[in-house]
Amino acid sequence: MAHLDKLEAQSVYIFREAYKDFKQLCMLWSIGKDSTVLLWLARKAFFGHVPFPLVHIDTSYKVPEMITYRDKFALEWNLNLVVGQNEAALKAKETFPDGKIDRIACCKALKANALKHTLSGEWPRKRMNHETRALEYDTHTDPYTGVIVGARADEEGSRSKERYFSPRDKQSDWDVGDQPPEFWNQFKTDFAPGTHVRIHPLLDWTELNIWEYIARENIPIISLYFDQGEGKRYRSLGCYPCTTPVESTATTVAEIVTELKSGKFANIAERSGRAQDKEDGGGLESLRREGYM
Amino acid sequence: MEQMNIVIVGHVDHGKSTLIGRLLADTGSLPEGKLEQVRQNCARNAKPFEYAFLLDALKDEQSQGITIDAARCFFNTAKRRYIIIDAPGHIEFLKNMITGASRAEAALLLIDAHEGVQENSKRHGYMLHLLGIRHVVVLVNKMDLVNYDEAAFLKVKTDYQAFLAQFGLVPAAFVPIAAREGENLAQWGSFPLAGSAESARMPWYTGKSVLDHIDDFVHIEDNTTLPFRMPVQDIYKFTAAKDDRRIVAGTISSGSVCVGDEVVFYPSQKRSRIKSIEGFNQPERRTAVAGMPVGFTLETQIYIRPGDLMVKAYPSDDVGRSSSGAESLPSPSIVASIPAALSSSSGIERASALSLSLPLNVVPLSGTTFKVSLFWLGRTPMVLGKAYKLKLATTRVTVYLKEILSVMDASELQIEKNRREVRRHEVAECVLETLKPLAYDLAVDFEDTGRFVIVDGYEIAAGGIVVGQLATETSAVQTYKAQRDASWEKGLVEVQTRQVMLGQRARAIVFVGERSSEMGKLLEKHLIENGRLAYYLGRASVLSGLGADYAGTLAREEFIRRLGELAHVFTDAGLIFITSMYEFDDAELDILTVLSQPFEILVVTCGLNPLSQRVPDAQIEDEVTLEEAKGILTRLLADREVVPEYFL
Repeated sequence: MAHLDKLEAQSVYIFREAYKDFKQLCMLWSIGKDSTVLLWLARKAFFGHVPFPLVHIDTSYKVPEMITYRDKFALEWNLNLVVGQNEAALKAKETFPDGKIDRIACCKALKANALKHTLSGEWPRKRMNHETRALEYDTHTDPYTGVIVGARADEEGSRSKERYFSPRDKQSDWDVGDQPPEFWNQFKTDFAPGTHVRIHPLLDWTELNIWEYIARENIPIISLYFDQGEGKRYRSLGCYPCTTPVESTATTVAEIVTELKSGKFANIAERSGRAQDKEDGGGLESLRREGYM
Repeated sequence: MEQMNIVIVGHVDHGKSTLIGRLLADTGSLPEGKLEQVRQNCARNAKPFEYAFLLDALKDEQSQGITIDAARCFFNTAKRRYIIIDAPGHIEFLKNMITGASRAEAALLLIDAHEGVQENSKRHGYMLHLLGIRHVVVLVNKMDLVNYDEAAFLKVKTDYQAFLAQFGLVPAAFVPIAAREGENLAQWGSFPLAGSAESARMPWYTGKSVLDHIDDFVHIEDNTTLPFRMPVQDIYKFTAAKDDRRIVAGTISSGSVCVGDEVVFYPSQKRSRIKSIEGFNQPERRTAVAGMPVGFTLETQIYIRPGDLMVKAYPSDDVGRSSSGAESLPSPSIVASIPAALSSSSGIERASALSLSLPLNVVPLSGTTFKVSLFWLGRTPMVLGKAYKLKLATTRVTVYLKEILSVMDASELQIEKNRREVRRHEVAECVLETLKPLAYDLAVDFEDTGRFVIVDGYEIAAGGIVVGQLATETSAVQTYKAQRDASWEKGLVEVQTRQVMLGQRARAIVFVGERSSEMGKLLEKHLIENGRLAYYLGRASVLSGLGADYAGTLAREEFIRRLGELAHVFTDAGLIFITSMYEFDDAELDILTVLSQPFEILVVTCGLNPLSQRVPDAQIEDEVTLEEAKGILTRLLADREVVPEYFL
């Protein structure tokens, strides 16, 4: 089997294990290329369907095009879209763009905390109503016990230590030093009440694999990744105040693949355009422990 | 570019970091300037340069968000890209070592020439064997510390070979190296940065360099030529999304299958034929092969479950066990007298294991009792009689440790007999028993369906391989029931007295199928109206009361046990106990049958018959009216003399 086929097979296997063993399962969708490939793989695993909710954490600082793209495909692919937000922080303007806090604290408030409380069901969730084609407050508030995430081992240091099925304790903490063993394709699918498990079907994929797969499968990907004629494109998507585009004239998936394989990005980190990574000198692991994806 | 995952293992301080640093440097896989930078740092701080520092430097970099990562380093040879998977040498990190190694195709095992074979050299060697890593090269490192002496190398080689031979692991080679000096790592001229030549310091070594050896490893290709096996992962029907396909999903672990092929599901041995191969965003397929995640629709609607093993049907299904097949021994006590060494002679020589000579019609083994070799990682010891969860391929069943044949310390392989428990980091040959039969293979024949993990509480506490099948005279359920009956506190009233008083025979009546609860309630009402004493107990009632602690898949069998206990209490009280379930399989009905004894259970199927071997006592078809159903049930009760006919 070709390498991409093997990666796909492993991801599909993980999806099916997760779906079988977790009653309260959801998947995080950041609209970026990785989680969109993840979504595509879910459709592979479940024959065109996505039989669990897709949770999107909306910091309100996402590039507007991301929200348009999200809603378009949620409707088109019949996705059970659930949106969470730190409404209190946004209302109080406790954010980095408002000048009140630094970048890391902002990530923590708008992403990590929003995620944690959306998953636990403590904060309100909105759900896409496919009849009215709009988001409405959701009455369902059960906590999710299995959370599928598009993390890749090659992204940065802390992620390389991840398991496919990675337990989090009641405080959503990740104990890097004491993780369960994974023998062959047997994962930790039993967990104590109150804890939850992060599931990583993309762990073995590299950034290049992601683009090669997008090309092979012809996955519709948000246009922010391509140069719109200004000689710039996003390599990694985040909030607009903290993410800068890279210099690149790639306008197609094929051109991005070439760029990654042999071109200018072959030896430059993917997240180099993310300002918050630099600010904390490698402290992503601490945010990650708290649930930041 | 072609890739291979490789794991580097060995005792603490036997030179893993140095080897990795050196491999990265010699293959030119370091970021530009990194080697110089580290050398300069060392010079500035007046400490000698070590290749191991390269790893530390990379770790620092990665924490600043740069791509290279120390837990998964990459290096390239002319042939392919290698991904080095992190595998700590310290015993406390054994589960990390296992996790890393089980993702690798090949392993380099380091032994310090000066210190010789140590505890973790042995433990890791055994783990590589258990995990089924087929490509192993042993590197005898730090030859510089023993003056490149051939005798020192041969001593380690001989010692370690003898150790590995105990369980039949044969490494591809032993290579004397000095990682720090680059001796025998890369061949002359291939890598301009390499400091090594064909070793001038070890002219007595005429074998290949480390990199040449690993480049020689051949990918274990998908087992397409083996008999077809697909552990059923799940059965999907996305009716809510207006999709009526009933899809049997899984990943093919070996062989190939075509649309139109007849297939058998083990252990129930239900049969059907493949109608279609389903997929999303892929061209229509007529054939599917090993490694592929697939979905099948079947021509007939048979009742199968996740965990069933899908196999291709051949005309002579009951023959053709391979020569390495089951130890069909009458009882485990006989097995206990077989030396533990037998497990190696029964063939876990991996290289030759997945023999192409396996006949295609080899059927899986099925049963409740089998012999395994397992490695215990749990914090609390594995003990006899405790319920654990077994995960073998996609099967999850309750399992008991029935007998410990021998326990070995994984580092010494010292064999101890007559043990009552298996402790952390020990290897045990033992007999496991499940309540329900499951389908499996011997690990020597099929990897995916021959290896398993054991879950204790919420944690994976062991990994192991199946080495033999055992037949048993008494099942675990029978043993359990005998113990229960022996300690039952009997009242002064015989059940016979109650039956006479109630004018009925105590029975458990089990309805199975789509209309089962409707029929169960109908019968209860009918009996009460006729003055009989009957009680209907539905699944939800059991679950919300006695089964309030129900959770997960383990609980399905526990649920069956509780239902069986209820059937026993009610029938012992002289009642007619009625229950219903959308689906029961034969094994579950067998458990209910045993638990309800001495009272018979009667099985009534409603609609599509989900049973395979068991013939129902009555059958109510879909189109039957309630009045007709009542007639069928009345006849059944009269025929079996549950209730004298004139009462109905």
